[in-house]
Amino acid sequence: MTAREHSWRSEETAGVAVSADSPFRSFWSDFSESPVAMAALVGLALIVAAAALAPVITPQNPYDLAEITILDSMLPPGGKNLEGKRYWLGTDDQGRDMLSGILYGLRTSVFVGIFSGIIAFFLGTTLGLMAAYFGGAIDSVIMRLVDLKLGFPSILVALLIVTVLGKGMDKIIIALVIVQWAYYARAARSAALVERGKEYVEATRILGLSHRRTIFCHILPNCLPPLIVVGTVEVAHAIILEATLSFLGVGLPITEPSLGLLIANGYQYMLSGKYWISFNPGLALFVTILCINLVGDQLRDVLNPRLRR
Amino acid sequence: MTFFILRRLFQSVVLLAVVSLLVFLAVFAIGNPVDILINFDATPEEITRIKRQMGFHLPLWQQYFVFIGSALQGDFGNSFINGAPALKLVVERLPATLELAIAALLVSVVAGIPLGLVAGLRPRKPSSQAIMAGSILGFSSPSFWVALVLILVFGVQLGWLPTGGRGETVDVLGVQLSFLTADGLAHMVLPTITFALYPTALAIRLTRAGTREIVLLDFVRFARAKGLSEKRVIFVHVLKNILVPIVTVMGVQLGILISYAVVTETIFAWPGMGKLIIDSIYLVDRPVMVAFLMFAVFIFTLINLIVDITYSFLDPRIRISELR
Repeated sequence: MTAREHSWRSEETAGVAVSADSPFRSFWSDFSESPVAMAALVGLALIVAAAALAPVITPQNPYDLAEITILDSMLPPGGKNLEGKRYWLGTDDQGRDMLSGILYGLRTSVFVGIFSGIIAFFLGTTLGLMAAYFGGAIDSVIMRLVDLKLGFPSILVALLIVTVLGKGMDKIIIALVIVQWAYYARAARSAALVERGKEYVEATRILGLSHRRTIFCHILPNCLPPLIVVGTVEVAHAIILEATLSFLGVGLPITEPSLGLLIANGYQYMLSGKYWISFNPGLALFVTILCINLVGDQLRDVLNPRLRR
Repeated sequence: MTFFILRRLFQSVVLLAVVSLLVFLAVFAIGNPVDILINFDATPEEITRIKRQMGFHLPLWQQYFVFIGSALQGDFGNSFINGAPALKLVVERLPATLELAIAALLVSVVAGIPLGLVAGLRPRKPSSQAIMAGSILGFSSPSFWVALVLILVFGVQLGWLPTGGRGETVDVLGVQLSFLTADGLAHMVLPTITFALYPTALAIRLTRAGTREIVLLDFVRFARAKGLSEKRVIFVHVLKNILVPIVTVMGVQLGILISYAVVTETIFAWPGMGKLIIDSIYLVDRPVMVAFLMFAVFIFTLINLIVDITYSFLDPRIRISELR
């Protein structure tokens, strides 16, 4: 990883002097070819920024009981309360500002998605690389575990784990890691199998480098492109799964901000025409997932050597 | 071929045994069910008696074999809530879930494959790009939110379609079916659309990717050179070659749909297995949870087994690579 990172950084600092065919430049010019993907990337950056800055930019903290008042409950989008304060996306049954609620919920979604993705990435990639590098019994044990996991629909596995462990942020993250790791392991293994036979790996052996150093400093950087593509798909997947579990009432507890819980909460008022409590948090979730998938699609096209123009 | 089937069968049995152990240990870890069954003021003697009655005084590994032994006879214990056999409760709900899952699968195959074919044959046309945009939208929309929007538009605003329950059903050989009555069909529309969204998007992508790869191959060029009509080239030669992987993926989708019924059924109050499991999780109804999980895994494994065997019949390369 360090090798790749280092080269990217030096190119950025070198600025104009870099030739157009450096890996990062050519990657970027391929990526920016699609206006849709660029728009999605900008959208995603805005969403992540808004989510990260939620406590700073939101008008209120919707999970602080001192800041909400029941008198303001059920205001439609754009509605004003008695003091003339305007709620751009309306309020829910407890008088919470929906805009603030959505941004806090997005914060949870993005955090859960990225955090569980990172753990699953390290766990799965390590196992996948080990399976490819050592082969033999290690390979079969790891790959049987991967098959076992991939044999089951994610929601079933997640439901099982959440029923056993109960509600809570830490439990959701554990469930999401268990759901995701196998996809990273499979992708890392198939990429590393190709790399293992190459000459540079042989060279590291002749140089007497340790297995660990060969795997993580030399094979891993060359296996990154497919793993990045898996990563975008899996983060989107994790975010949807967290929202779904929370919506069903088996995910996060109601004290935690979550888009799934906001949607479930608004569901009961929907039939009486108060659509905004459920609709807008869902729209935020949808747009987030859409942006991630569009970026992921473009990454897949750009990083796939078979489709190289 | 027999060797392949036997080997695959053996793998499935091992898989089920491993999962049963995991489910057993996992559910055992939830907590002591005696606490749920007894009164707060029960005496220690009563507690011991109930423990003996339920077999909880045995060591864990013995309890597992008791569990496996009765599970093989279809006995997962009785529901803590209404006392009926747990497996019976789950199996009773199967037709409702299956009805919805099969309807969704049919919709996704009938809509997804032709759309994917169009998008794959002419990838640069605006209509093809619209199809692909639609498929990304389908992939990205959380199904529970789509369900709410559908209820909002067609149920609340327009008032065209019912939004909950199965409607009028017909008894066919002791099984209640909705799709045979107009009312039942109307009740099926919204849940089926919600359910079909993901598999349709998937079918479009797979068909498009398959088509794009296959039209470049020599045999397609040869078929064209031979002077076959475009229709025959596409519908006989191209379609036949892309259909095998697509049908297998869609087969596995049936198992996935059955598990995802949890979401759709909860929203549309569809009385299937998914609604049952969520209710039993809320009520900590352990036997029903275990029966559902084992049954869902069993069905999933069975579908995978059937799909794999069918696939190896259709594509001899799989059999050969397995033998090596």
